[in-house]
Amino acid sequence: MAKRSAPEINAGSMADIAFLLLIFFLVTTTIDKDKGLIRQLPPPLDENAPPPPKIKDKNLFIVLVNRNNDLLVEGDRMELKNLKQAAIDFLDNGGAPNGGETKYCDYCKGERSVRSSDNPDKAIISLTSDRLTDYDMYVAVQNELGAAYNALRNREAERLFGWKYTEKNAGLSLMSAGPQKERVQEQLKQVRTLFPFILTEAEAKQN
Amino acid sequence: MSKFKKKGGGELPPISTASLPDIVFMLLFFFMVATVLRKNDLKVDNILPPANQTEKLDKTKTVYIYVGKPKAEFKGGRGTEANIQIGDKFVDITELKGAIFEEINKLRDELRSSVVVALKVDKGANTGIVNDVKKELREANLPKIIYITTQSESLK
Repeated sequence: MAKRSAPEINAGSMADIAFLLLIFFLVTTTIDKDKGLIRQLPPPLDENAPPPPKIKDKNLFIVLVNRNNDLLVEGDRMELKNLKQAAIDFLDNGGAPNGGETKYCDYCKGERSVRSSDNPDKAIISLTSDRLTDYDMYVAVQNELGAAYNALRNREAERLFGWKYTEKNAGLSLMSAGPQKERVQEQLKQVRTLFPFILTEAEAKQN
Repeated sequence: MSKFKKKGGGELPPISTASLPDIVFMLLFFFMVATVLRKNDLKVDNILPPANQTEKLDKTKTVYIYVGKPKAEFKGGRGTEANIQIGDKFVDITELKGAIFEEINKLRDELRSSVVVALKVDKGANTGIVNDVKKELREANLPKIIYITTQSESLK
């Protein structure tokens, strides 16, 4: 076999390849961002505040989690997987009659039962957990309740604007500031007011 | 005579190293982008619970509170029950407000009013300690909190 010297490799395109790889990784790598469930705590207790208004029992959706991670919803034991639908049924009930003292909920699609909530903005979910409840159960319950709200908000956003609430909300931070972003913010707010997130967390009983 | 005349001798020409800087820079950029700097050494167990209704968190205006059982090397002084860690030290519930404001003071001025408190709680912890933390935060008038979770599409 004849000896042959290797031709010089053209390194000019090496940089191009390097950039190609760089761009590939830039596009495919997702920066590990912390994700989670955003919640709002109530303002600090004010001694001089007027006593809170009475809330009708039917407007309260009581969720209890005991130390064995069992779920008690409105007095009945419930599996975690059924909680979302139960919360949706409660929030979407719209039981107030047309022309009554409480605003009629014209977008609700629930059963309009007189024993469940009057209107989404009157409906309150109360979550109480024992001190010894596991945190992952607590987060799972919070997650399911959030899922109920998100499902209803998605439904309304799709009816009004033709997009999903959760998707637009997640994409909001990527939008550049401008009139379009403001419009979307306004629309998101409108959807939120249809189903405002009202969750109270009572102090866990000490026993 | 031959068309395929050998040029020169048998030595290999040196491989050009002109692209080496490119490769190195590429790796550098990649790791710069992909690396998450962790300021705090975790002294507690921190396996986060899963959830699927999550929202993203803006990291710039966040202070972190870690809750979990102390790691093996700290078990001696801190017991085996869940502890609170802020910054890189253990904090008792009574000292929480001071420690959290210390962390907030490290943020940029204009972000301090809209601070979000991120709770990184181990899934084996009890809600009791989380409720204590939330009570302190409520008294300290820091109402925006986020329970940091892992993202998982399918839940039990």
